[in-house]
Amino acid sequence: MNRIPEFQNTKEWYLSSFRKFEEKLNGESKSFLHDLRKEALAQLAEVDFPTTRDEEWKYTSVSPILKQNFIPAFNIDKQNVTKEGIKKYFFSGFDFYTMTFINGIYSEELSDLQNLQKGVTVNSLSKLLRSNPKVISEQITKFVKTENAFNLLNRVYSTDGAVVIVPDGVIVEKPIQILFLNGHNDKLVLSIPHNLIVAGKNSQVSIITNYSALNSSVYFSNIITEVFAGESSIVDLYKIQNENDNSFHYEKVEAHQLKKSIFNHYNFTFGGEIVRNDINSTLDDENIETHYYGLYLGKGNQHIDNHTFVDHAKPNCMSNELYKGILDNKARGVFNGKIIVRKDAQKTNAYQQNKTVLLSKTAKINTKPQLEIFADDVKCTHGATVGHLDDTAYYYIRTRGIPAELAKSMLIRAFANDVVESVKIEPLRDQLNHMIFEHLHRVEIEND
Amino acid sequence: MNEIKEKDKNPEDLSEDMKVLDDLTTSEYKWGFITDIETETVPKGLSEDVIRLISAKKHEPEWMTEWRLKSFRYWKKMEEPHWPNVQYPPIDYQDLSYYSAPRKKPLLNSLEEVDPELLKTFEKLGIPLTEQKILAGVAVDVVFDSVSVTTTFKETLKEKGIIFCSISEAIQGHPELVKKYLGSVVPYTDNYFAALNSAVFSDGSFVFIPKGVRCPMELSTYFRINASETGQFERTLIVAEEGAYVSYLEGCTAPIRDNNQLHAAVVEIVALDDAEIKYSTVQNWYPGNKEGKGGIYNFVTKRGACRGRNSKISWTQVETGSAITWKYPSCILQGDNSIGEFYSVAVTNNYQQADTGTKMIHLGKNTRSTIISKGISAGRSNNSYRGLVKIGKNADGARNFTQCDSMLMSDKCGAHTFPYIEVENESAKVEHEATTSKVGADQIFYLNQRGLATEDAINMIVNGFCKEVFNELPMEFAVEAQKLLAISLEGSVG
Repeated sequence: MNRIPEFQNTKEWYLSSFRKFEEKLNGESKSFLHDLRKEALAQLAEVDFPTTRDEEWKYTSVSPILKQNFIPAFNIDKQNVTKEGIKKYFFSGFDFYTMTFINGIYSEELSDLQNLQKGVTVNSLSKLLRSNPKVISEQITKFVKTENAFNLLNRVYSTDGAVVIVPDGVIVEKPIQILFLNGHNDKLVLSIPHNLIVAGKNSQVSIITNYSALNSSVYFSNIITEVFAGESSIVDLYKIQNENDNSFHYEKVEAHQLKKSIFNHYNFTFGGEIVRNDINSTLDDENIETHYYGLYLGKGNQHIDNHTFVDHAKPNCMSNELYKGILDNKARGVFNGKIIVRKDAQKTNAYQQNKTVLLSKTAKINTKPQLEIFADDVKCTHGATVGHLDDTAYYYIRTRGIPAELAKSMLIRAFANDVVESVKIEPLRDQLNHMIFEHLHRVEIEND
Repeated sequence: MNEIKEKDKNPEDLSEDMKVLDDLTTSEYKWGFITDIETETVPKGLSEDVIRLISAKKHEPEWMTEWRLKSFRYWKKMEEPHWPNVQYPPIDYQDLSYYSAPRKKPLLNSLEEVDPELLKTFEKLGIPLTEQKILAGVAVDVVFDSVSVTTTFKETLKEKGIIFCSISEAIQGHPELVKKYLGSVVPYTDNYFAALNSAVFSDGSFVFIPKGVRCPMELSTYFRINASETGQFERTLIVAEEGAYVSYLEGCTAPIRDNNQLHAAVVEIVALDDAEIKYSTVQNWYPGNKEGKGGIYNFVTKRGACRGRNSKISWTQVETGSAITWKYPSCILQGDNSIGEFYSVAVTNNYQQADTGTKMIHLGKNTRSTIISKGISAGRSNNSYRGLVKIGKNADGARNFTQCDSMLMSDKCGAHTFPYIEVENESAKVEHEATTSKVGADQIFYLNQRGLATEDAINMIVNGFCKEVFNELPMEFAVEAQKLLAISLEGSVG
């Protein structure tokens, strides 16, 4: 079987561009990160991009992404983005620190980190590499597990990303809002931030990552986010993804949790032509809690794929997952929720729910809640439902004189509300509700 | 017994309960014996010549031989799949013998003429053939290794126009029916083991229920692998014409042998308009010993096609045996309003591995399917449920309900679920539920308190866990299944 992998050329292109990239790096090519890059490059040479023959990518074809050679964003022009101009992208109504990335490269003048609490590090990866590489080298890629070609591609070319380091015992009072703006008028941009969040013992931090488009150009966001939740820490990570409908988006979140820590991940998907999220948590100590909340709204030809993986390695932990999808037009949703309870992880409680509503005849969903259990004293349940909007509820609303369109959107809002109400920041919750409503208004509603 | 009672004095002590579980899990395979009958075995290995030889031995017509050869040629091009959640050493397909038949093929009408050795075997198996014939009114088509030995009640069925015979006889006697339906649900190109089976299948059952006939009795076949190192490749074909009904039972056992034996069967079912077929299996092949040595590899393709409107196919299976079970009895719901059902209890103990489940493919309008799967893992075994529910584009109003529950009885076993749900129609309604838990200490405590020994308590809890599935089995089978469950978990369950 000497089949030449599809898109071998694309891979070759990414591999061969490295030399040129290296030259432009100047002094940075001597940093420890560059050694990791070279390792990743060697690995990338060995690995093919996933195809639908791979079980993990069974329902998601990435060939539209690989048909193009994206240019890794590096030294790219700032495209006249102004502080005033980006205001509209932020969620507001509450106090927050901001970081802004244009095509994955940090922009200091567009960020606001004034009055940051003492000891808290919020900075860009590239700046820290120069000023204090040690804080990064201790953590970055420490718990990297099997990586696919996209992850490796990120690691080969990534030069920047958001770094948040919270020392022991510190509660970061304001949420940190990190805005990623992508797109370029005449270049196919590959935006590859590598983010790192480290929460020390007894610390708390809340981070909102916000992905948006500068214009309607085609680009590829390929992100890695690493989270380390120290003992008894609480980390809330929100992701609101509202890229344009021509773009491709892939993020891998790798969370590693210590004793008694709580990690909450909120994942809202609005935009993107092909979207894939890999969200992984390893519960490698006792009394850990992990919560995943997800909501995805697909329309047009969008393809939204969420893969979550909770790895219960130690006893007395609990995980809870709620993912909901609303799919219209020709949108396609994929959900794969994997829970492993390893041999020693007795007294594990793991719950998972995935609910999907199909609004059109041509929408599709593939869902696979997967449980793998090797311990006997556990409580694990998962549930998955697929259906359309409740006819009786719809009828009831209509009998109260409410027009068809409104009745429908009321039901959808009610359906989405389970996820939205889990958001802890109230103004954010309201704005999300508004976004859902807006999104639905763009959706053509059939008249009965 | 006294010892167990002693332990029960301290019902709160969980580890004691686990001990009872462990003690119970150590029973040996009860059906292990080898019948010393002269068998005729084709030399080991697989080639076109071997296939021609098998075909010739069975006096098959030319088209059948050709079909086998076509399958074989296709099989050679295929690769053995390794995606299931099971591990086994590579199978050397050239090291197996592909045909084994009792030397004297008895063409008998009454039991008296059957080889007494054989009858003894059946006695040990606990199939009261004679009794069944007279009392239970069950016609049994006994497949001993590969050749059908005796078929009872054939005459009675004949009057109604029902054909119940071995597939070899059907190839001779009803070639037009076999030609029409064989491979129509599971084509030889379907998968590796189906292709292998199509090439070398030795025998199996054929059932044909003509239009409007309700089969007056439950049809039953007993499979048994006897000669060592022969793969058993049986092929079953059941066809129910418009408005027909049949309930078919299949039971399997195999003697103790050290080498793993391969069993790759294919079962095809076709239901036309308003027809209903109920297929029940109790599978109790040799699971290997406590160290995981020996046992049967049970790699089976079972599929039913609800071709007609309002047709119904129902699979019920109780899987307690085999070292490795790998099968997914499926329904293709083609006809509008057709119904597919799958009820399964899979028990694994010691080093057994099971990767089983179902596929419900909804194509027609208002098709409905129900899946109830109960997995029980004990010892060091691994038990996986793998299922697919697919709602096609045109399957308006399709409905599925799936429940798959797992019970873990030791801290070294594994329970896994891999449910695939693919929906392409907005009017469909699909629900999936799964739970995993262990036998609750509080449940055992409650029953202890009511004066039940721990052994009985566990037995009762497990039986309750499986009740929904056992309720679907025909009466005789339900009783047997309960006994089997007790035996295979003897050790885990009393």
